[in-house]
Order: sequence, then C-alpha cells, then structure tokens
Amino acid sequence: MRNTFDRDAAAARCKRYRRRILDVSQRVTALHVAPAFSCMEILDCIYSGLLRKDGAGTFRDIFLLSKGHGCMAQYAILEDLGILPKSALDTYCTADGLLGAHPDLGIPGVAAATGSLGHGLSMALGMALAERMRKVSTHERNIVYAVLSDGEVQEGSTWEAVMMASSLGASNLVAVIDNNDFQSLGRTSETHPSFYPLDKKFESFGWEVVSINGHDGEALHNTVTVRSGAKPFAVIAKTIKGKGVSYMENVPMWHYRAPNAEEYKKALAELT
Amino acid sequence: MRNTFAEVLYELGCEDERVCIVVADISPAGPMAKFRERFPERFINVGVAEQSMIGICAGLALRGMRPFAYTIATFTLYRPFEMVRDDLGYQNLPVTLVGIGGGVIYSTLGATHYAQEDIAIAGSIPTMTILAPSDPEESREITRWVVRRESGGPVYLRFGKAGEPILTKDAAEPFVFGKLRRLSIGEDVAVLSYGVLMNMAKKVAVGLSAKGRSVSLIACPTVKPLDVAGIANVLRRHKHVIVLEEHVPQGGLTAQVKQIAWDIQAKCRLQTHTLKDEFVHCYGSHDDILAAHGLSVPVILAKATQ
Repeated sequence: MRNTFDRDAAAARCKRYRRRILDVSQRVTALHVAPAFSCMEILDCIYSGLLRKDGAGTFRDIFLLSKGHGCMAQYAILEDLGILPKSALDTYCTADGLLGAHPDLGIPGVAAATGSLGHGLSMALGMALAERMRKVSTHERNIVYAVLSDGEVQEGSTWEAVMMASSLGASNLVAVIDNNDFQSLGRTSETHPSFYPLDKKFESFGWEVVSINGHDGEALHNTVTVRSGAKPFAVIAKTIKGKGVSYMENVPMWHYRAPNAEEYKKALAELT
Repeated sequence: MRNTFAEVLYELGCEDERVCIVVADISPAGPMAKFRERFPERFINVGVAEQSMIGICAGLALRGMRPFAYTIATFTLYRPFEMVRDDLGYQNLPVTLVGIGGGVIYSTLGATHYAQEDIAIAGSIPTMTILAPSDPEESREITRWVVRRESGGPVYLRFGKAGEPILTKDAAEPFVFGKLRRLSIGEDVAVLSYGVLMNMAKKVAVGLSAKGRSVSLIACPTVKPLDVAGIANVLRRHKHVIVLEEHVPQGGLTAQVKQIAWDIQAKCRLQTHTLKDEFVHCYGSHDDILAAHGLSVPVILAKATQ
C-alpha cells in the first residue's frame, strides 16, 4: 500500500481502461459496459493503491469481484498489469477464447468464479478466515477485498455473511459496495426505498462503515488506509452506472449493450 | 457413524493443519467437541446460515484449506444448492459436504429432515463425488480417504446418525474407492445396496441363505463415480440381482443399475426396491417409515421367492 494516491495517474488509467472496454465492445454483440464503468475507479484503487505485494512482486492481499458482471473492469486492469495477455481480451467471448462475460477460476488474476450474485462475500469471508488460521501475527495477515453491487446486497446469502463476519472475527475483510442505485426496473431508491440506507444496516451487524464518492479513488484509498482494523470494513461507494460516457450515465439499457459505431466514436471523444 | 467420522477427523486434524470444520448451528458432540477444543481457530460455526457455510468453505479451500461442512443432510445440500453447484462444483474445490441423516433416518422429524433425493441432487453435479458408508467401520476408512486425497473436487458424504451395527468387520473385501465392495460372496443371488440400508440388505441376504440360496452381499460405498464395470459383472454373474435403495426411484443407484443392465443386455432377474415417489407422512421409527415405503425384509423376501 502506498502512502499517497496519485489522482492524475488514476484518472488517466481509468480513461484508458474505459477506452479498452469500448474497443472490446466493438467486436461483440453485447457486454456489461455500464456495470464495469461504475466500479472502474474502485477497482483501479484496489489494484494500484491497496493490494500489497510480497517479495516476489505478486499480490499478497486478495481481491474478489463478487459483482462478476463487472468483470470487464477487472480484465482491463489485469491486461494492463501484464497478468492477462492482450490476446485474452482480443478473444473475449469467442469459442477458443479465455474470457467470458463472468470471471472464471483458472483465469490468471481471478480469485473465484462469480456471476451469480450473492456468492462472493461468503467466499471472501472464507478467505479472510483462512488467513486467521495461518500462524502469523495480525498485521502479517493478508487482507481480502470484495466488491459487491448494490443489487447483490438484496440477496439473503449476502446478509448471511454480513451478519456473521464480525462475530467470526474477520477484521481483515473489506467489502466495497458499488452503489449505483440502478437495477433492471430503474432506480432502487425509487422501486425499493426501504432497502436503503445500507450503512446503518452493516453497522448494526458489527462492521465499521464509511460512505464515499465511488469515483474518487483517492477517497477510497485514504478511508481504507486509516480504518481501525478491529472490525470488518464496509465502504458504501456512491457511483454512477455508466460513468465516464455521458449518454450511458444512469441509462438502464447500457447494462448489457454494445455501442454502435457512431456511439463508440462519441464515447471515445469523451474519454481523451 | 458420525462419531467414528469425528474421531478420525480429529486424529487427522492433529496431523494435517489444513483440516477445518464449518458447521451451521450443529452442536458438536463427542469427538467433534474435542476438535473444537483443541483447534478452536479451525472450527467455525456460522449459525443457521447454510449458504454462507458453503461459501465460506469455498473461500477456505481456495486458500489451501481442507474444509468439512457439517450439518443435517437436507441443510448441507438443498438449502445452499446453488452454492454447492457454483462455488464447489464448478470451481472443483476439495470441500467435503457431510450430510447427517441421509434417507429417512430422522424418522420422527418429518420430511423437512428427510434427504430422500440427495443422491440425485448431488449426483447431478459433474464434479461431485458421493460416498455412503455402510457402518461405523467403513465410515472410518472413508473419512481417512477423504482427508488424505491429494486431488479431486467436492465430496458428498451421506451418513446415517449414530449407533449403527457393524457390518463390514469381516467383509470379504476391503474398502477401495470407486469399487463395489463384496461383504460376502455367493453365486445365485446378489443383494446390492449402500449406506445405512446395508443393514436391511444383510438381513435379506441372511433370509435368502436360510432358504438355501447362495448369496453375495454387496455394498456400493462409492455411489459416484459408479463402478459401472463392477455392476456389469454382478449382473452377469448372478441369476438374480436385488437392489435396495433408501432414495426416491429416480436419479440414484437403482436407475443406473437398470441402465447398465439394458446396456449389457443382462439376462438376470433384476428386482429393485426404493422409497416410493411420494412424501409419506409418518412419524414412527426408521423401520416404520421404510416399511411404509415398501422397504421391509418380509416384503423383499416375499418378492424374491415369487
């Protein structure tokens, strides 16, 4: 973990990642663009500012994308880091390609196969508990970061993990909720208002909780760095679905749709 | 059966630091309590939360541990089925799912606690292995096999409860993973079963011997992957094969034996008895429920001697 977070470098990287994802969109009929865009800064911060490395230069902390359908964001970063070869994204969703619309175990850099919502937090909790079983001191324990979608927090299975994490001592578990407030039928705050707020609900189960602007990588970096470490940590990251391309922002149809040639050009122009 | 399992798990847990147990609000009795006392950091109780029990096991296994999920069979398998399928099956993780009370052995508790379709459900997952010990002795050997294996994905262990009679002590053959196990060898009739029902199978075998038949009593402790060649041999070598199964008619051993019999054009008489394709509302003893499903020694013998 670095002590300072370079905002400009992060912004440049995220633009580059969004452009890369849009490139891929031109070769497939549909992909989860907007969901990837809403967690772009979150993932960028985790990979470049939070995950610590061991002596050999490999990540020792763990990242699990519970929001599996946001995986284009993860693939773009893994390619940039050299963990995934360029050919991987170039053959996305082809018969002999490595990558599909949801991450699979066995893909370099992917911690678990996700895609069905509500599985990831329990798996992340299990990984955090495995760390507790290692005979190392508390500060030598690796940290597990999980990114969830807000819709995913409706799954009862997510709450099974939320309810028990603190009692089970998983203080090395960090959950970031990509809170873009959008699901199939529109804004969750309109269709299911009592679902929010999330922060008090996590807190009541013994988590330390912070709410931030989810597109501010520096804010995420800083808040995680100063957490107490005594409890599992939840960040409610307020985000915009489709963030980065004006015509995609908060527009539901961009959940699973590839821009046409015209739209693509327009998007690229906004991302320079 | 569950006590010998826990004893062995404790023994092996002392040698192998990867062994850990995750329960969903099951109070550890006997040797399980010993494990918890000695290795508290390797014993996790998630409360009444089976989906997270499985997810946590997946996470533990992804980090190199060898987790055992332990609760009543219906709750181990059905409640968290998608997690069993996606997190364990699809990722092919070395997690053992221990189901206490396979079949209808929790007779007084009603159908919510009857795992009468568990073999079909677990068996439908491509990477799943299914083991069903016949008695506490076999449970010991099977547990050892499961802890010591160095490869393989999820395993569903179908257990009875406790207090089962010892059947395999003087078996003609040892337990070998993936193979049928002949407990006694004869020539005319074969009685084939698995799990707790081996006790009834043995009584049927004894009954037939008393009528002068030469009987093979055969256990099938590895239900998946099934010993297809072994079953084909049984069908070829005996004039009469009786399959007994404490499971609904579809998706278990019985259906597969019939498939194999057809495939090899078997000439033997094939007599099968399973649970009915019904929910039987009865709160008597285990034998009472089995009898209500047509699974009783007199009924089987009567049919056998027709």
